[in-house]
Amino acid sequence: MNMLDFITKLLAATLAMGTSLAYATLGEVYTQKTGILNLGMEGIMLMGALAGFTTAFNTGNLYLALMMAMLVGGFFSLIHAFLCITMRANQVPAGLAITMFGTGLANFLGERLGPASNGYNLTGMNIPSKFSNIAIPFLSDIPILGALFDVSLLTYALYLLIPFAWFFMYKTKHGMVVRAVGENPRTAASMGISVSKIRYIYTVIGGMLAGLGGACLSLSFTPSWNEGMTGGKGWIVIALVIFSTWNPARVVIGTLVFGGITSLQFSLQAAGLKMVIPSQFLGFSPYLITLVALATMTIINQKKKGSFASPSALGTSFAIDDK
Amino acid sequence: MKFRLEKRDSRSTRMAVLVPVASLLVSFILGAIVLLISDANPFQAYAAMIKGAFGSQTKLQYTLVKSIPLLLCGLAVGIAFRLKFWNIGAEGQYVGGVIGITWVMQFWTFLPSALLLPVGMLVGILFGAIWGGIPGVLKAQWSVDETLTTLMMNYIIIGFAEYLYFDAWKAPRGNMGTVLYPKEAWLPRIWGRVHGGIFIALILVGILWFVLYKTRWGFELNMIGKNKRAAECQGVSIKKNIILAMLLSGAIAGLAGVIDAAAVTHQLTKGVDAGYGFTGIIIAWMSGLNPFISIIVSVIMAALETGSDALQMTMKLPNAMGAVLQGLILIPLLAGNIFIEYRLLVIKNRKEVTA
Amino acid sequence: MSELTTDETPVVRMVNITKHFPGVLANDQVNLTLHRGEILALLGENGAGKSTLMNMLVGLYQADSGEIYVKGKLAEINSPQDSMALGIGMIHQEFMLVGNMSVAENIVLGMKDLPFVPPMAEIHEKITELSKRYGLQVYPDKIIQDLSVGEQQRVEILKLLYRGADILILDEPTAVLTPGEARDLNEILKKMLTEGKSAIFITHKMDEVMEFSHTVQVLRRGKSVSVCPTKSIKRVQDLANMMVGRDILFSLERGPYNPGDIKVEVKDLLVLPVGGGKPILDNISFSIRGGEILGIAGVAGNGQQQLTEAITGLLKVNGGTIFLNGKDMTNKTPLQVIKAGVSHIPADRGSMGVVGDMSVGDNLSMKKYRTAELSSHNIIKRGLVRKFADHLIELFTIKTPNQDTSVKFLSGGNIQKTILAREIDACGGILIAVYPSRGLDVGATEAVRQNLIKQRDKGCAVLLVSEELEELLMVADKIAVMFEGRIMDIVDAKDAKTEELGMLMAGVERRDI
Repeated sequence: MNMLDFITKLLAATLAMGTSLAYATLGEVYTQKTGILNLGMEGIMLMGALAGFTTAFNTGNLYLALMMAMLVGGFFSLIHAFLCITMRANQVPAGLAITMFGTGLANFLGERLGPASNGYNLTGMNIPSKFSNIAIPFLSDIPILGALFDVSLLTYALYLLIPFAWFFMYKTKHGMVVRAVGENPRTAASMGISVSKIRYIYTVIGGMLAGLGGACLSLSFTPSWNEGMTGGKGWIVIALVIFSTWNPARVVIGTLVFGGITSLQFSLQAAGLKMVIPSQFLGFSPYLITLVALATMTIINQKKKGSFASPSALGTSFAIDDK
Repeated sequence: MKFRLEKRDSRSTRMAVLVPVASLLVSFILGAIVLLISDANPFQAYAAMIKGAFGSQTKLQYTLVKSIPLLLCGLAVGIAFRLKFWNIGAEGQYVGGVIGITWVMQFWTFLPSALLLPVGMLVGILFGAIWGGIPGVLKAQWSVDETLTTLMMNYIIIGFAEYLYFDAWKAPRGNMGTVLYPKEAWLPRIWGRVHGGIFIALILVGILWFVLYKTRWGFELNMIGKNKRAAECQGVSIKKNIILAMLLSGAIAGLAGVIDAAAVTHQLTKGVDAGYGFTGIIIAWMSGLNPFISIIVSVIMAALETGSDALQMTMKLPNAMGAVLQGLILIPLLAGNIFIEYRLLVIKNRKEVTA
Repeated sequence: MSELTTDETPVVRMVNITKHFPGVLANDQVNLTLHRGEILALLGENGAGKSTLMNMLVGLYQADSGEIYVKGKLAEINSPQDSMALGIGMIHQEFMLVGNMSVAENIVLGMKDLPFVPPMAEIHEKITELSKRYGLQVYPDKIIQDLSVGEQQRVEILKLLYRGADILILDEPTAVLTPGEARDLNEILKKMLTEGKSAIFITHKMDEVMEFSHTVQVLRRGKSVSVCPTKSIKRVQDLANMMVGRDILFSLERGPYNPGDIKVEVKDLLVLPVGGGKPILDNISFSIRGGEILGIAGVAGNGQQQLTEAITGLLKVNGGTIFLNGKDMTNKTPLQVIKAGVSHIPADRGSMGVVGDMSVGDNLSMKKYRTAELSSHNIIKRGLVRKFADHLIELFTIKTPNQDTSVKFLSGGNIQKTILAREIDACGGILIAVYPSRGLDVGATEAVRQNLIKQRDKGCAVLLVSEELEELLMVADKIAVMFEGRIMDIVDAKDAKTEELGMLMAGVERRDI
């Protein structure tokens, strides 16, 4: 295998891995930008993966599967929104509750929604079709960058969604409202904006995107269902939001870097590097790198005094009557 | 008709008791719906769970044995939560403890066997403390987000533990797991499967209660958790206390691992990452961070786990049911907490007043 | 003031407005009438219900009962959007601006008829045009957090004008302005009146009422007690009496000025912002003797709070020295500073002064819990704490059901008394008080001021930061004026003139006065 080939393959794997992360990260960016911290991503993504897989397994319709994943993701984030906005619960434990409930329920249902022949288990089942890569003629033949044009529909959709998400946030009146609500909810309220409504909307949208991200895993990346198959990606998403400095456009960089590291780790394992470095070390390396990157970035940010600051009202509840 | 929340004049103690109890009930009702959807009779299922958790002496013993690490993890998490430090890495700190004691048991052969257990426990506790202390330092010194650091550190140490029991420390026979600890270094059992660790846990509950509610340090932690800025104005060091609290939190989670390893598994092997960290969060939150109440809550949580294992055996239902119920408890609890400080007003249409 | 004709239908008529908050009757059957081209001053103490009444007019709160007529029609105002549609806009005491967004974005934020992609170029143009017309200079593409307070207020006014508001409500608009800026504001208001706009402005300053308004309405404890043309007022004292319901204590009991040894000595203090820029504190030097109160005057945000934080150890300094009770306390920890005998009444009661979720008793013992008086061998003696707290509650007449009540359920005045009690009891010769009477009613304000003077008479060195010149002239022995992190001058309180202090507060150098 020559170097060029290796890099092209790595980029392809990175895009496949990054797609799921990008959807969920975009969702969480919007949620956090309105001031709601949703730590339930891990549970929501897993439920999305399950919902997508069961639907595809039973109907064979991939688009219906995506819709179900989004619906389920939206429903779980609605619970989070209800806890944090209406009941003014602390957002950290609320998110943890969503993650615990979501992972528990997904794992439970994964062993109940399968066919009787497999002991009601979904694990080990195959879906009739999956989102496969579609190569664009000529463009996909370009060395290295060709990988960008030989991806699944889910990834192509991102090429449009990410620029749109950026444009929506910084150029439209709705984006203005989102930013104002997360930065200074009191001001937003005084301008006649319903802070609760905006927070509900974007928390639910964020959950829908996370559900979609989960479905990317079970319908495209590794078309199957496995207990706990998100394996901490929901947490990586939270870190990626910080790395993207709450800017939808920069979600690309974070997801590519993290997807790249994870894919590199797989290809290194496959290439037999585990003779030198134990496979488990390669296995946890993405988390170690995330940890180091997070610490470094936070420290740099402090030195530069908040140039990557989070939305000011992130994690706080808001009620107009509070004085 | 409209609903509105109105602040009470003081905290409602009645609600403070009622809300957790109601949450437990609500989670069982919601759990019943999950069971119904998945074609199982909820009454039968719950009966099977209760029987599985408390139905016989042996089963009760299993539940109690399970509740010991849960209680300790709940206490560990609770200390950090007091400071609003979201330690969700108790699991990693627990694994750290197991690695520590295993290291001593397997490699510190120069020690007399009577010293293996105490030294192993101390080293394990130290490992847990270090693993908890690192995110503590990162947060105190540079305010690095602790939810992420503690969680990332879980994945790291669990991966490392895997490397140890699959590879570096693997016992010569078998394909995974370290060498069993010498029998004379096991933590003795006292009643069937129930081991001496239960005393350690209960004594710790008493000590922690005293420290948290009676000492100057406990007072300082309380101040920081409820208003960091005011505590700082009163000369309380936030940094020092975050690090201290996280060292203690990690140490207690490490102790949970140490006790379970010394008394139950006697080795480092697969399954060491049993999710105690997350269950600990539920215990801490449900008990309102009170160590004594944590005892009851951890027994309930343990019963959900042993009960759902029984569910799998008797009714062929996935044992993830326990996790579903555990996860469900927090949701009504978090939703209900607001009623401790607010009351719900039902407003009929606005009265019309003529000018 | 221009002549006012009141034969037209009033633009705003509020009838029998009543509003309850838990435990408080904020407005009780209040009536209010505003005519076209009129400036109505709404006068009242803190907590008299002025802001609540206005918040109902703009739809932030809803009245329990009563009716609002706007331009003759019964209005249903359920949100700020409703009031804006009726041409009513409010400038809140705390500015309603999003700090990291541009001036233009703030001005159009939340407007319903904005297209999906707002045409920013057009918006900029319109803002520039408006700002020229009213002499409100701002740059539409500047980011709010880079603007001065005065500029931010201009943005607030533009925000209302842009939306076509013709009824403006201003909540204590001059509180954040220097006297000069306040006069500019007056000019702008006058200009708007000539175009048929009207304004209500909330204040508790008598001189502003006399200077700015056509009509004055006085609220006291939620009730409207008087409405009259400003011209008919003969003596300011009459207004004050109406507002308070009794004579304000214009002089406090105080012993003779008898300064002792230097207790606080600050030399060449320098604090730089993280990431560089203009110094927050620039070469500050002063000293305070025992038995002396040094007042710090200045518009909020000119470094006063940072100065007190530097002294109390909460903020690290980049240069200079701080000596407290004779010891070098530069860049020491807050605990070391406390042990050196410093007590601190911080600027923000709720977020810095008390722990709201802890009991009154616990809050009272938050300084002394670490001393032998309340604990031994690191164990807090609960019995001693109870006795100690009960004693302080009685001594400082803190109104609380009992000492186990969480502090957050107390009124602002009683929360402040709790802080005062704790800090004065533990005071070891130096007392630092930052905006100690902010937001308190007259009774509580008096108690605070009298207590500060009592400490001075006992030989304490007191540093008092205040935004009210009146308070400083009444309480302090010397007054230092701060502007942009510098001390402009230090003067004797007894021969200081308001006008002169006002010039210094605006940054006019001594030699130019």
